Amino acid sequence: MKETISIQNVSKRFGQKMVLQDINFRVEEGKINGFIGPSGAGKTTLVKMIVGMDVPSSGSIHVLDHTMPNLNILEEIGYMAQSDALYTELTGMENLKFFASLYKLNKAERHERIQYAAGLVNLTEDLTKKVGAYSGGMKRRLSLAIALIQDPKILLLDEPTVGIDPELRFSIWNELERMKNEERKTIIVTTHVMDEAERCDYIAMIRDGALIAWGTPKELKERYHASSFDEVFLNAGRENQ
Amino acid sequence: MRTAALIKRIFQQMLRDKRTLALLFVAPLLVLTLMNLVFNGKTVDSTIGVENVSPAMITQFKAADIKVETFNQTSSTKNTMEKHDLDAFLKIENGRPELTLLNTDPTAAKSLQMKIKQMLSTQKAAAKDPIQTHYIYGSKDTGFFDVVSPILIGFFVFFFVFLISGVGLLKERTTGTLERLMATPIKRGEIVLAYLIGFGAFAVIQTIIVVFYAINVLDVVLVGSIWNVLLVNLLLALVALSLGILLSSFAASEFQMVQFIPVVVIPQVFFSGIFPIEGMADWLQALTKIMPLYYAADALKGVMYKGFAFSDIMGDILVLMIFAAVFIILNLFALKKYRKL
Ligand SMILES: Nc1ncnc2c1ncn2[C@@H]1O[C@H](COP(=O)(O)OP(=O)(O)O)[C@@H](O)[C@H]1O
Ligand SMILES: [Mg+2]
Repeated sequence: MKETISIQNVSKRFGQKMVLQDINFRVEEGKINGFIGPSGAGKTTLVKMIVGMDVPSSGSIHVLDHTMPNLNILEEIGYMAQSDALYTELTGMENLKFFASLYKLNKAERHERIQYAAGLVNLTEDLTKKVGAYSGGMKRRLSLAIALIQDPKILLLDEPTVGIDPELRFSIWNELERMKNEERKTIIVTTHVMDEAERCDYIAMIRDGALIAWGTPKELKERYHASSFDEVFLNAGRENQ
Repeated sequence: MRTAALIKRIFQQMLRDKRTLALLFVAPLLVLTLMNLVFNGKTVDSTIGVENVSPAMITQFKAADIKVETFNQTSSTKNTMEKHDLDAFLKIENGRPELTLLNTDPTAAKSLQMKIKQMLSTQKAAAKDPIQTHYIYGSKDTGFFDVVSPILIGFFVFFFVFLISGVGLLKERTTGTLERLMATPIKRGEIVLAYLIGFGAFAVIQTIIVVFYAINVLDVVLVGSIWNVLLVNLLLALVALSLGILLSSFAASEFQMVQFIPVVVIPQVFFSGIFPIEGMADWLQALTKIMPLYYAADALKGVMYKGFAFSDIMGDILVLMIFAAVFIILNLFALKKYRKL
């Protein structure tokens, strides 16, 4: 089993405010990992530190055996931010082309990746429209396509399915599973939707900046004598108080 | 390569934003034209009432485009002037001239007073020739606009480039795309470079349009080389560009960017030489030394009005280059807010 991400004793504070406390977590290659917790728990902060956009106040993060932040490793990380960061004056196609040209891809690869990513999120038809005219769900899907554009080994998706209809959400999860199985991608997904937790291989429950429980969905349900993830979360929270 | 992609994207966005383009290319021309009209407007012909004045003098007034109305034995000067709409009244009593000015417009009154005084003195000296006047710079046709226009050209280049580059990068900050860029392998230096080149290209075009318009259409005096004018303006645009994108990191919205104008841009106008700097308090004069526009205005006035050569403005050019370099380096640090690397 190859380890792709390791988070060691990571704490993060903004000013006086402690946002993450002593997080330890390892991520294996070819697994879907869910960071689950209510909003404000610190999921986004943790993801940003893995990308290297922010640095831990203490502790360290390694991705593919390199200490983050590391510019070269960013070539291998596909990141989807929680809030869509798109150029609204440009078309979907222009957005994809722009982000694609920031990575080491040749012309043929770029073209192929754009077609693939747009197709995956069902946007091929809408690529000539300006992003300003997209609906919230379409923007979310374009952000996801951009995260996949350079065919990265690691995907960090911050609430990827918010505002996406159930059918497309289902097909996106199928695709994530396919990428994990066939391409051995390491995937981290944050969510506060508990039913998405079922589809993860491994789950980290975060609450108030602390990692309160981790394990496979099955393990967690057994450990907390729960039938659903809502229950797991409530019971785990109670136990930690 | 990544820089090229970023530049291409800036072009795409700018070319799609017609209003910003208009602001950049048309607005400076409009304002310059307006300024030209305001400053070079013909003075309205003055009318003077005279009493007991020699015919020779009246001829002289007429030659100087002053309308003359003759009166006899007026009792109240004020009433006469108001009744006949006179700007001045000249009465010679016992060989002593007495001039009354309406003075509703002090500037116009002053210039009229000057003209009349001059005529009275030439009368006294009984000299046929008017005083010979020599001008070191400019000529008797030099207007206020000719003197301030080099400064105005510099100011507009500075102002519009500052605003548009600042707002441009600010949009990138507020929409989160700048932060998103930091999750790609792009280097901070590449971003700063792309912004300098991307917006710089528009600044170059704007500068060229403004300079050529002022010189060829508005007929502003240009004694020195146009290449030096362009060089100074391009450097000033670079300073404005790097300062604009730097200050955008301290603004949270477009409105806050606009708030920088009275703080950063307007004071520079006061210290650029439109108003005499020599008369200011020492500490105020020292303040001019930290204003990029002061150096640009100095160089532009030198080249355009006094005909300075490159070697004469080298000092100013050097200072402008230092300003730009400092702002660019500060920009690299300001971007650390988004990614520590
Ligand atoms: N740049 C920041 N400065 C100060 N506080 C922050 C900053 N970013 C996040 N926080 C705080 O950190 C906490 C965790 O936020 P976040 O990581 O976004 O949570 P989540 O993604 O789980 O909803 C919140 O209380 C938030 O207010
Ligand atoms: Mg979040």
